[in-house]
Amino acid sequence: MNLWHQFLWVIFPYLALVTFVLGHIYRYAYDQFGWTAGSSQLMERRLLMWGVLLFHWGILFVFIGHVMGLLVPIEVYRAMGVSDHSYHLLALWAGTLFGVIALAGILLLNIRRWFISRIRTNTDTMRFLTDGLLLVVIFSGLAATVGYRIYAAQYDLPAEFEYRENIAPWFRSLFYFAPQIELMLEVPLMFQLHVLLAFLLFALWPFSSLVHVFSVPLGYLRRSYIQYRSSNPKAAISREKDRRKSRKPVGVDQGRKE
Amino acid sequence: MRVKAQVAMVMNLDKCIGCHTCSVTCKNVWTSREGTEYMWWNNVETKPGVGYPKMYEDQERWKGGWQLKNGKLELKAGGKLRKLANIFFNPDLPSIDDFYEPWTYDYETLTNAKPSEHQPVAQPISQLSGDPLDLQWGPNWDDDLAGTPETGHLDPNIRGELEESVRFEYEKVFMAYLPRICEHCLNPSCVASCPSGAMYKREEDGIVLVDQEQCRGWRYCVSGCPYKKTYFNWETGKAEKCTLCYPRIEAGQPTICSETCVGRLRYIGLVLYDADSVEEAASVPDEKELLEAQRRVFMDPNDPEVVEQARFDGIPEDWIQAAQRSPIYPLAIDWGIALPLHPEYRTMPMVWYVPPLSPVMGFVEGEGSEADPDDVFPAIDELRIPIQYLANLLSAGDEEVVRRVLKRLAAMRGYMREKNLSGAGVEEIAASVGMEPQAIEDMYRLLAIAKYEDRYVIPLAHKELAHELYEQRGSQGLDFAASRAPAANGGNAAYSCSLDFAGGPGSCASGETGAPGGSPRNEGFYAMKDELEKKARALGGKVAAPNVQFFKNKQDFESFHLKGRGPQGAGA
Repeated sequence: MNLWHQFLWVIFPYLALVTFVLGHIYRYAYDQFGWTAGSSQLMERRLLMWGVLLFHWGILFVFIGHVMGLLVPIEVYRAMGVSDHSYHLLALWAGTLFGVIALAGILLLNIRRWFISRIRTNTDTMRFLTDGLLLVVIFSGLAATVGYRIYAAQYDLPAEFEYRENIAPWFRSLFYFAPQIELMLEVPLMFQLHVLLAFLLFALWPFSSLVHVFSVPLGYLRRSYIQYRSSNPKAAISREKDRRKSRKPVGVDQGRKE
Repeated sequence: MRVKAQVAMVMNLDKCIGCHTCSVTCKNVWTSREGTEYMWWNNVETKPGVGYPKMYEDQERWKGGWQLKNGKLELKAGGKLRKLANIFFNPDLPSIDDFYEPWTYDYETLTNAKPSEHQPVAQPISQLSGDPLDLQWGPNWDDDLAGTPETGHLDPNIRGELEESVRFEYEKVFMAYLPRICEHCLNPSCVASCPSGAMYKREEDGIVLVDQEQCRGWRYCVSGCPYKKTYFNWETGKAEKCTLCYPRIEAGQPTICSETCVGRLRYIGLVLYDADSVEEAASVPDEKELLEAQRRVFMDPNDPEVVEQARFDGIPEDWIQAAQRSPIYPLAIDWGIALPLHPEYRTMPMVWYVPPLSPVMGFVEGEGSEADPDDVFPAIDELRIPIQYLANLLSAGDEEVVRRVLKRLAAMRGYMREKNLSGAGVEEIAASVGMEPQAIEDMYRLLAIAKYEDRYVIPLAHKELAHELYEQRGSQGLDFAASRAPAANGGNAAYSCSLDFAGGPGSCASGETGAPGGSPRNEGFYAMKDELEKKARALGGKVAAPNVQFFKNKQDFESFHLKGRGPQGAGA
């Protein structure tokens, strides 16, 4: 374990995570105006429809898969009686399915961004970077999952790489501030690459349009359709209280609220 | 009952000459920025025509507005869950080609061209991509029925029997201009469609705005608005729309489109309405009942009960008085000659239209007949603008409503003609359309010769409220005024923002007012404007301070307002 390992599996991940958290706080506080999904549907809709739907639905399930693999400890599965083999069977097939869907989507979105000139002209560097990085991260993730199988078959290794015994505990160890570097050292290169690229993406995240992930408008389900805003909310609220109390107009003098 | 005030507009289509001055001034003021080139918050379209964006009135395609589903009012594009399920891709969003691809010209070719046999030509260049553009469509591409033989049948208002009877041949064609801005609806489907809650109606004046900081660019307001008057700024990734020029309205001035209207066909005033009954009115099952339902939502500002309720609901006294003098209420209710655009969208639009009569008169007079109401009334059914077409635009297809309005307009002309010529028989004319002679004369005054103050009755935004906000901020104003006239200044010594910089008062507070939840209105500037007007009055001047004026230094500024009356004004 040398300084280089220290950097890759402790310093860099922490830098990325701190940038992720503080970056979001900073951006939310100072750049509400810039906080948008940055849609280009207005410019082009046919390719976008396929790209966006494939990518988003794919990545949604890929995300759930990552929660299942990284955040839920292997002991939980074993206690629940899920055998390692059946876990990996599901992870491989579902993971590959949704991974390929997400990959096809992001590939289409990248192609669209680069080759349709009215979109390319109005794309900033950060968007190119994050869109490209998403492509690379998803590709490397798929390559690690599928590639390892092929590699293992050739060299007579155990068919399933048990990332829940090294990558997952290392990832969790970051969050209780006792990073277990040694767990990452023996991980195959493809997985290492996938992890590092993902952390790079996390570092760029708050400064890109990816922030829209945190704006899923769930509040829409609860609010009433028509929204009023008052330039004098205090008066409006007290008027509303009066109304609730009296249910009918009170005298003119009482009613006036300035 | 819950009385709210709404700034509403009526446009008299009879007077619109289609000059696009409203569109151009609006564009210059609001949408001459990158990302907004294709937006026309005010546009004038020729009817029949496909409109802007193309076929926006075809709600089966765009799913704008509301519909009744099992007797309940629901967004036509589907409910909230459906919207969230479609959050990644809005299936009903028009693309920019449905508006048009904005372009500029390669002007440099013109100035850099070497002497040659032929004139150099500036090539159109897309403002989206910078590529050369082969122009296929643009703003008002079908203006004055240009190309209508090919595109006219795409007009969604031409349906049913009309499809058979409307001919787009030169000699058989009819047309009218339709200027459109945001309708600032009482039941806005854009507001209801916004997943982020960034769109809202202002409680005080009903203006519908987009909170630029809260907007996340989901674009559902664009597809949710049946009039397609919310736009997506492709540069900022946020929605933008007509603001009803609220900075001007707050200062008691009409919108810029109204101010510059050559035909003086626009009217702005307050309407008091019952906010509690809006939903019920918008849920009337029969589309043809919607107009009457919306009229019932408007409250009579002269009814003492309404006035008392309005006071209780916090509407200031001067606003109630302004509502009583409003030109909108008589046009829409008393005389009933103004009609909403597409009431069947169930959004309760607040920009209403007086349907055009001129083509009828032209038709009648062209036949060589005397244009008295007896001749006009039968002719109304034979017009070149088929009544059914106007009804599809303005009354959910109810021809009787449009016929009644056109008859009143025709009777008004006959009445005034008779009155000026013989002075006899006018009562019968008035009675034939069920109106009092006085009402006809009032109507004539408002439609024909109304002055600026009669057409625009706009109360100032609340001063005491402004004062409150002003004190809260306390960080800007006019230090020079404070230092020169501390006594007259009412002790506002906390002013810190002077005019000693380029840009002048208009740009004074832009930094501070951008804060989330802050007022976009520059209170310091308005305080300064009041101050200067007061000073000018004390010196005998009568110059009203304009609301936007760029001055290089404070001497220029003062001398403008004091025009040679004050000690420093000599140089003006």
